[in-house]
Amino acid sequence: MVLRVWVVLILLFLFIPILLIFFYAFNTSNIQSWPIPGLTAKWFGATWADENVRAALVVSLQAGLTATVIALVLGSCAAFAIHRTAFFGREVISLLFVLPLALPGIITGIALNAFFSFNGISLSLLTIVVGHTTFCIVVVYNNVLARLRRTQGSLLEAAMDLGANGFQAFRDITLPLISTAVVAGGMLAFALSFDEVIVTTFTAGSQSTLPIWIYGQIRHGVLLPEVNVVVSFVILITVIPVVIAARLTGGGGIARVPAAR
Amino acid sequence: MTEAERAAQELSPKMGRMGAEDPSKVPPSAPQAEPPKQKKPALRIQGVRKSYGQVVAVAGVDLVVDEGEFFTLLGPSGSGKTTLLRLIAGFERPDVGRIELGGRDVTNLPPYARDTNTVFQDYALFPHMSVAQNIGYGLRIKGAPRQVRERRVQRALEMVRLGGLGHRRPNQLSGGQRQRVALARAVINEPEVLLLDEPLGALDLKLRQEMQIELKQIQKEVGITFVYVTHDQEEALTMSDRMAVMSNGQIEQIGPPVEVYEQPATEFVAGFIGISNVLLRDGVRFVIRPEKIRMLAAGEQAEPGMTVERGQVEEVIYIGVSTRYLVRLDRGEQLVAVRQNMDALGDAQKFEGRPVRLAWTPDQTYVLGQREVKEAR
Repeated sequence: MVLRVWVVLILLFLFIPILLIFFYAFNTSNIQSWPIPGLTAKWFGATWADENVRAALVVSLQAGLTATVIALVLGSCAAFAIHRTAFFGREVISLLFVLPLALPGIITGIALNAFFSFNGISLSLLTIVVGHTTFCIVVVYNNVLARLRRTQGSLLEAAMDLGANGFQAFRDITLPLISTAVVAGGMLAFALSFDEVIVTTFTAGSQSTLPIWIYGQIRHGVLLPEVNVVVSFVILITVIPVVIAARLTGGGGIARVPAAR
Repeated sequence: MTEAERAAQELSPKMGRMGAEDPSKVPPSAPQAEPPKQKKPALRIQGVRKSYGQVVAVAGVDLVVDEGEFFTLLGPSGSGKTTLLRLIAGFERPDVGRIELGGRDVTNLPPYARDTNTVFQDYALFPHMSVAQNIGYGLRIKGAPRQVRERRVQRALEMVRLGGLGHRRPNQLSGGQRQRVALARAVINEPEVLLLDEPLGALDLKLRQEMQIELKQIQKEVGITFVYVTHDQEEALTMSDRMAVMSNGQIEQIGPPVEVYEQPATEFVAGFIGISNVLLRDGVRFVIRPEKIRMLAAGEQAEPGMTVERGQVEEVIYIGVSTRYLVRLDRGEQLVAVRQNMDALGDAQKFEGRPVRLAWTPDQTYVLGQREVKEAR
């Protein structure tokens, strides 16, 4: 009983601030104070009309989607390589793949920034994509590798035993079994990219992504109602893929099937 | 004809043809010059060795398995029997040696180019496919037309008594049912040799005994050569036409179950299969099986020609159908004797701690290391 109360308190502590932002997004006043004087949807129209917001949204989507696609290809390949082959230093390589997620973003950011300026590469959408890819790879890699490890090794042998060559076995057995893990990894990667601030700060040129725009507005203390709208939007865009990814890897459907024995 | 038998016949038309020679092949005027057709071996293994680093898994094996034979590789874990099976399937390549399937050298062919199919110990059913899709996968890969495939999958399902379960997923089946699916998935391809890697290991005793009989029946019906790996000596004795007992990567003895049991070639075989009493008398080591030893009642005379030794019963172990007695002979060795429980209830216990006389006929002992000599002395 006491435990339940604690859990509820902790959840409230975590989520009340976020809920508050959703409320403020409908606030008739542009001054944030409680209780809010009334509800309105006018800020949504105003925000959508703001060209800076729209430009930032486009950059965010472009960066997120591109980084995700690159991460899907590279992360899956890396997971296969690590899973299928045994070589000297495999564990080290594996650790190096995961490290960008554990490293403070500021280190990744500064390092990339230094690298780009040293090589005379001007900051652009491309550099944002590179920055995001570093940590997007990790989630794809982790998801795919975990799934591969959970899949019975004898399944591929069984397929080959039944006459399937390497390609056919991959197409008929491996791919269907890891597909949900790949999709989940991609969704998590996109969610990570979409709300990333620190690495973006160091790798973005004149463009800003949505989180960077939010950060800028809060620093200047203007357009706060619009900020609330954008933050609500970013939260939704981030949470939805995370929830879907959790369902894909955790419960139901094909995701659970590899455990069949 | 039962449903299963019909299914088996339908499943393997090539087996049916084998008996009667195709008359069109022989010109009508041809004299009977053809030599008597020799049974060609389904599998021939010559001098195969395989090691992993320092560990020698298979240390030089020669083996011939005939067409249609139920052949068992029996041995404790680590004896190399599974490695040998994987070498035949093509999952491993031998360091040296040669493997032939139906007269064709397959030593360096990958698994998918070999005419073998495997029933895996963990079944390895594809979790994302239905039972029917699992069973039909081999035919699909070979490009069999859909209609043929569906018909044969249906037959295979009936053969393993799973008719009506084709649409299920493997994880909706019981262990015994999965086992049958794995068998059907392999048998449907009519391989030259069917390989079974401890297929009944995960089942409980009762189910295992049922499946032993069923497996043997299916093998007879489809006429496919089975190479069966197990560590269960009873399973090997029950099912095999011939068996090979393996130890430390080598074959200790090959022969029909009766021969291997009654005339073990080495002390290892004697000890691994059944309970064996190994005695050394007058410089000769010989084996005597517990059921061949008679415990004489007080005052009872041994029959002429029997060897009699004295000892003391150390322990009485009741095992239902019979009772096992551990007897310390006066000459030092411990023997195991087995008697059917025909006495009054609890009589067996009275022997505990008592001196007894044991008797056996020298004919029923078997000298180790001398396969042809039957008598101990």
